[in-house]
Amino acid sequence: MTDIRAFDQTGEAGFRDYVALLKPRVMSLVVFTALVGLLVAPVPVHPVIAVASILFIALGGGASGALNMWWDSDIDQIMRRTCARPIPAGRVEPREALALGLVLSLISVAMLGLAANWVAAGLLAFTIFFYVVIYSMWLKRTTPQNIVIGGAAGAFPPMIGWACATGGISLESVAMFMLIFMWTPPHFWSLALFMKDDYSNAGVPMLTVTHGRKAARTHILVYTILLTPVAVGTAFTAIGGGVYLAASLILSAGFLRGAWRIWKRDEAAAEADKYAVEKKTFRFSLIYLAGLFAALLAEGVLHHLGLGGWW
Amino acid sequence: MGFSAGHEIFKRRLGRNLGLGGALLALVVLIFALTIVKVGDQPKPVSAKPAAASQGASG
Repeated sequence: MTDIRAFDQTGEAGFRDYVALLKPRVMSLVVFTALVGLLVAPVPVHPVIAVASILFIALGGGASGALNMWWDSDIDQIMRRTCARPIPAGRVEPREALALGLVLSLISVAMLGLAANWVAAGLLAFTIFFYVVIYSMWLKRTTPQNIVIGGAAGAFPPMIGWACATGGISLESVAMFMLIFMWTPPHFWSLALFMKDDYSNAGVPMLTVTHGRKAARTHILVYTILLTPVAVGTAFTAIGGGVYLAASLILSAGFLRGAWRIWKRDEAAAEADKYAVEKKTFRFSLIYLAGLFAALLAEGVLHHLGLGGWW
Repeated sequence: MGFSAGHEIFKRRLGRNLGLGGALLALVVLIFALTIVKVGDQPKPVSAKPAAASQGASG
């Protein structure tokens, strides 16, 4: 294994290896939710400042991804899902990822402060700190609730987008934060049920391993039930309206149905159909979040046209 | 002993340099556009009022 890695490692990473360090798939969620947060805010933003702000938020998200890969390179090489990442594959040196993450963090926070405002920049800096230090370095390897707390890091982008426009925090931006925060656990545990990663070998206390798969199924249902009033309640804030209410009711019904079906079955039934329900619910959870934020965006457009909303 | 001209290491190095060059160029364009917008948004300085009016205001 060591010989193969030594042969593959030329010390010359390609550009795409550095891009991979920034976790581009996670970045796409960051970009979308931050953009919605910025666009639904009641304060209009100049298009150039809006584009620059979203870009720097995405860059900050990417920087935290690189720092996460630097810290987790020891467990990434143990798990099948992550062993092809640039560091465990030997294409990028850990210290390169550390340097890239730190430099991009500084650039993204400073530039967001200059382009938008320092409240947004402060939130971005806190998000990077939270994801890297609180989640990756501390909680990920110590508590089975790691996903719950880690979800907060992914929930900040719409709040940062909102802060770029308004310069502050409000009920609406907290509602968007709560949407992603409450959505992350059932989304990720559905994945954990059928991915069956080697978390225990890697020393990561994943709920499916520490408390068993039945407990994970119960957690999925409980969190989905708790998510529903957050999702529907957002309809009655200033960024909500009839379109969002209809979307949240339909999507919540679908997600609740999936969580209920996951909870009702046991491992034998899941093995029999190769985790079809878990996979379907996981895919639906992606549609669910994208649908809710798309509905908020639609409400934002309607507000600008003088339509939509309740008042 | 060295790498031949067609070795993959040179392709990777070229790709990395082009990518970095493109990223830096994009950053320069973005900062330039931001500067134009930010400077253009500055409130215009208040023009000097006629001496008589300012005297009247202060007196």
